[in-house]
Amino acid sequence: MSTTYVGALELASGAVLVSAIMTLWRRQVRSIVTMLSLQGIALAGVAVVLATHEHDKALLATGLLVLVVKGFVVPGLLRRVSQLDPNSRESAPLVNVPASLVFAAVLIVLSYVVSSRVTSFAPTVATHLTPIGIATVLVGYFMLVTRRRAVSKIVGLILVDNGIALVTFLLTSGVPLIVELGSSLDVLLVVVVLQFLVVNMGRHLRTNELAEMKALHD
Amino acid sequence: MVPSVAYSTVATLVQIVLVVLLGPMLIGFMAKVKARAEGRVGAPINQPLRDLRKLLSKERLHARHASVVLPFAPMVILAATSVAVAISPLVTTHPLLGSSADILVIVYLLLTGSVAAALAGLDAGTAFGGMGASRAMTIGALAEPALLVAVVALSIQSGTSNLPSMISTTLTHPNWVSGPSRLLALVALVIVVIAETGRLPVDNPSTHLELTMIHEAMILEYAGPELALVTLGASMRLGLLFSLIANLFFPWGIATSGSILGLLLGITVLVAKTALVAFGVSLIEVRSAKLRLFRLPELLAGGFVLSVLAVITGLVTR
Repeated sequence: MSTTYVGALELASGAVLVSAIMTLWRRQVRSIVTMLSLQGIALAGVAVVLATHEHDKALLATGLLVLVVKGFVVPGLLRRVSQLDPNSRESAPLVNVPASLVFAAVLIVLSYVVSSRVTSFAPTVATHLTPIGIATVLVGYFMLVTRRRAVSKIVGLILVDNGIALVTFLLTSGVPLIVELGSSLDVLLVVVVLQFLVVNMGRHLRTNELAEMKALHD
Repeated sequence: MVPSVAYSTVATLVQIVLVVLLGPMLIGFMAKVKARAEGRVGAPINQPLRDLRKLLSKERLHARHASVVLPFAPMVILAATSVAVAISPLVTTHPLLGSSADILVIVYLLLTGSVAAALAGLDAGTAFGGMGASRAMTIGALAEPALLVAVVALSIQSGTSNLPSMISTTLTHPNWVSGPSRLLALVALVIVVIAETGRLPVDNPSTHLELTMIHEAMILEYAGPELALVTLGASMRLGLLFSLIANLFFPWGIATSGSILGLLLGITVLVAKTALVAFGVSLIEVRSAKLRLFRLPELLAGGFVLSVLAVITGLVTR
């Protein structure tokens, strides 16, 4: 086992979690989407590093698929949504930014404590990094719960998906290509549907804060 | 090979003299870089040293209501900072009393200086002094957890919290430096150091605007030689923190044996490394506006999370 492999895997999975934290840290929707794009690229990096280490062509294809869909297509769509409202920023999240950062630290420690028991069953370099994936999932749920903007909620959803993908890459060296294809396209579909929702909300209600939707319209 | 006591003593004295000169020069260098980046010529690099000489030749003046705290605080600041400089591994990994240079000792020696400055700010009873002291203490309290957790992350990797041993172990494990734990701790420490030295996103050192100033408000009651001592203490602190960042994350070039040549090389490399750190920080300063005081907790909480992340990745990848 070469040190380059270990170093590259640690660096790529670390970058996934750091970009998740950055989405909580920034307020401007545009820079949140940029962080999401970086996360997609880092996630693809994890898959490619694992694939080159295990000489797995299917995993390499999965990595390239992740790079295209999560690194460029999904963030590109979200960027188009946020351009409709150029000054859009997460002005009043339910939990303010410093508190949510501290809460994220608690979530990271929690995921480490919980998953260290699980990873001790099969101690390899990859499984040791599982806490990072679980922490990304938890940060994503936290973002889904506490942010008001529709775009931020979509970002939270994608964070959860990226975290799950990271855990599957690290624990099982990737699911079969067809499953990953299905789940990536699912996410893409969800983003497209939510994009329509956001755009229509903006057009009809002149807001895209979900909390302000009180009644159904025809 | 452990160098002799005489060598360590010389090295320690060299460190103190070097930081006394280096700190003000670094501040002058940062001002120069900022000026050039903004299209101005700027003051010469040794301007802070000239200012200190000018201040030292002036007469001592005290506010009428000031107590004994006001003249004593500069000495406490300078003494605490000098002790921290003397025991830290800056040009050699074997300074005198290096075995007591636990990183927590350094942190709290610097904190002693900050508390003395805050007390002096409160002493004369003026509005600005109190305001500056309260703001400086708030920022210090917010930066403290991030700093301590980042330090824990560094010592997990080396298995010790003694600074000279941390640097020696890093020299023998060069792949640690590029590890994710080190990099996260580096970002967290840079945020903390910017807050602790009062540089731009946190405090603007070149303004005397009432609403925004922090460190300048705190030392507003000082004049003449005492102002020189307080300013020197602040710039030595900056020199020490920049050197520690440079040595913890890029330790090569520091003198490890007892040779005079190594010591000279250590001095040259330290000057080059700190100049590089100062260059980086001044580029950050050029690109950023001062944050509103109420947005500072966000920045420092971010630093805290990054250092927690550094600890966890350090534990995971151990």
